[in-house]
Amino acid sequence: MSFLLFQGSVAVYLLSAAAYLVFFLTQKSALRRTGRAIFLAAFLLHTVNLIARAVETGHTPITSHHETVSFFAWSVGCCYLSFRWRYTVKNLGAFVSVLVLALMLVAAFSSRGVIPLPPALQSWWLPVHASITLFADGFLALSCIGGIMYLLQEGAIKKKRFGLFYPRLPSLETLDKLNHHCLSVGFPLFTLGLITGSLWAKQAWGAYWHWDPKETWSLVTWLLYAAAVHQRFTVGWRGRRVAILSIVAFLSVLFTLWGVSFLLEGVHTYVS
Amino acid sequence: MSRDAIVLLGVNHKTTPLAVREKLALSAGYEEPLRALGQLQELKEYYLLSTCNRVEILFTCTDIERAQNRVLELLFGQAITPEELDRYVYRYVNKEAAEHLFLVAASLDSMIVGEAQILGQLKEAYRHATKVGCSGFILNKLLHKSFSVAKRVRTETRIGAHAVSISYAAVELARKIFGDLAGKKVMLVGAGEMAELAAEHLVGQGVAEVVVANRTLQRAVNLARCYNGRAVSLEELLDQLKLVDIIISSTGSPDLVLRKEDVRPVMRERRNRPLFFIDIAVPRDLDPAINDLDNVYLYDIDDLHNVVEMNKSERDKEAVKAQRIIAEEKLKFGKWLANMESTPTIVQLRGQVETLVRSEVEKTLGRLEHLDEPERLRLEKMVAAITGKVVYPPLHYLKTDNHCISLPERIKTIRELYLMDNSDDGQEGP
Repeated sequence: MSFLLFQGSVAVYLLSAAAYLVFFLTQKSALRRTGRAIFLAAFLLHTVNLIARAVETGHTPITSHHETVSFFAWSVGCCYLSFRWRYTVKNLGAFVSVLVLALMLVAAFSSRGVIPLPPALQSWWLPVHASITLFADGFLALSCIGGIMYLLQEGAIKKKRFGLFYPRLPSLETLDKLNHHCLSVGFPLFTLGLITGSLWAKQAWGAYWHWDPKETWSLVTWLLYAAAVHQRFTVGWRGRRVAILSIVAFLSVLFTLWGVSFLLEGVHTYVS
Repeated sequence: MSRDAIVLLGVNHKTTPLAVREKLALSAGYEEPLRALGQLQELKEYYLLSTCNRVEILFTCTDIERAQNRVLELLFGQAITPEELDRYVYRYVNKEAAEHLFLVAASLDSMIVGEAQILGQLKEAYRHATKVGCSGFILNKLLHKSFSVAKRVRTETRIGAHAVSISYAAVELARKIFGDLAGKKVMLVGAGEMAELAAEHLVGQGVAEVVVANRTLQRAVNLARCYNGRAVSLEELLDQLKLVDIIISSTGSPDLVLRKEDVRPVMRERRNRPLFFIDIAVPRDLDPAINDLDNVYLYDIDDLHNVVEMNKSERDKEAVKAQRIIAEEKLKFGKWLANMESTPTIVQLRGQVETLVRSEVEKTLGRLEHLDEPERLRLEKMVAAITGKVVYPPLHYLKTDNHCISLPERIKTIRELYLMDNSDDGQEGP
């Protein structure tokens, strides 16, 4: 059941990304509304899929790689919609829908098998720690997308070469605000994720910090974001430098999510 | 013949050099030439348009060649020689005239394709024509149509949506940097005409304040007053940089006014809020290296020219779409024109019958002078009513579609029945 829902939502995400991309190229506003409506439909379908999966597996579906990435995609969509509700950022939808689709495809190609939870992980810390962290990742993903858009737009204006992106991207100010918003929400959530993880580690394994690769890389990521937030809010960095820092820090997030799991061994590794 | 021809004569920036256009331009306004044209018997309806890029006259007549010669002689005869007239003046007839008018109204024939000013000029010219009373049934329809075509082109294509002028290009860039311009502050350094134009555009976008810095403070004060702004002296320039967001520089200074080293410390104090420099002075006022600083953007006059050029090619693409709309409207108008061929016949028939009725009424009542106003009005009404009733059957015959008899045939029948083509000279009268 949940698998069917998952496949349905991937298909609808695909449709929405296609609509958004065609809109991005042609700039026909009717397509944007279509794209948004389809994206919303896909998001709702995905939500139902997550609930169904939770019922099927009997725990919060954030344990296997498939579940994690799927939940990550869902949180990106959720953050985007929450942001969209407050501000409009021209053509952000096109970028977000492609990212979400990419994540969903990654999830689709990884094993959907249900992993029986070891007793140590059977705790209400699981939904709290994992979902907070992934929500933080959602906001940080948006800040990375905002950073990429900022660099594209800034490059066009600075170098005075106006190609495909200049007329289609929003103003630098809007993109900088997007970064500001996402960092100021994403960073505290990420911090909270680290703290809950550490508390759970104490409960499950008896120590707050193990220095296992996932934890180490999370700390590296946290330090990168801390630097970005510090520079932004106290030194007054903005624009290009913060955009670059956001992108680099998000790469670190991705490495924490995938690189660590597949290249390094540790307690967070998904059992496969 | 059943219908008057629509003729458009003119010169524009494409066919005619500026030196000749200057001589032909109607600098004294429309009134006088319109009245002069009224003296020409050959013209039925006419209208005149004169802008800095074109002079065009549109009229309806029966004998195209004769009317054309009289019109050209009257309007341009004194300014240039007949050979020059032949070389420069273009002529469009009927549907082609309509098409050309649509092209002009939609700003596709303009020097800067897509500029919005021409439609206003067209409307102004038409207003003068209606005031003098020289536009009639056909031209009214044609001109109104051209306004709606222009509107259609504007709404259905993005031809007008891009930056044209330098100052507008600057505003568009500012919007890409700052988003909303409301609340932003502008500083004019030096008070040239270009700077004023750009400032005006920016004020139109809702900027919060205009600061004017000039070598002579008096001029700065005067200009600042126009925008409810502040005037400062050039020495305060660096201090002001902390407060403003957009700087338009156009001093006559031979040296650089601001260097990279001057701006760098300012950015720290601004906490990196972006600065947008527009340098429209020649030679340049601002150090080009300023553009290398983070969150600082510098455009000089050449850069802005490039932006305008780039938008132009985009406009040309939209122009193709616009041409299609115009071709469509030209077809529609041609159809209307074909349907309207019966109009002169209708008018003539009505006039003929009315004259008859009126003369009979006058004959019966003797002279109409002794009647007072209400009675006269009542009689007028009666004349109109009889005319209407008498001409109803033939008009009905003309206007109702008939599969077997085409419109020109029906017009011919009516004209023969009512002896309409030989009443003037009576050559073929019975």
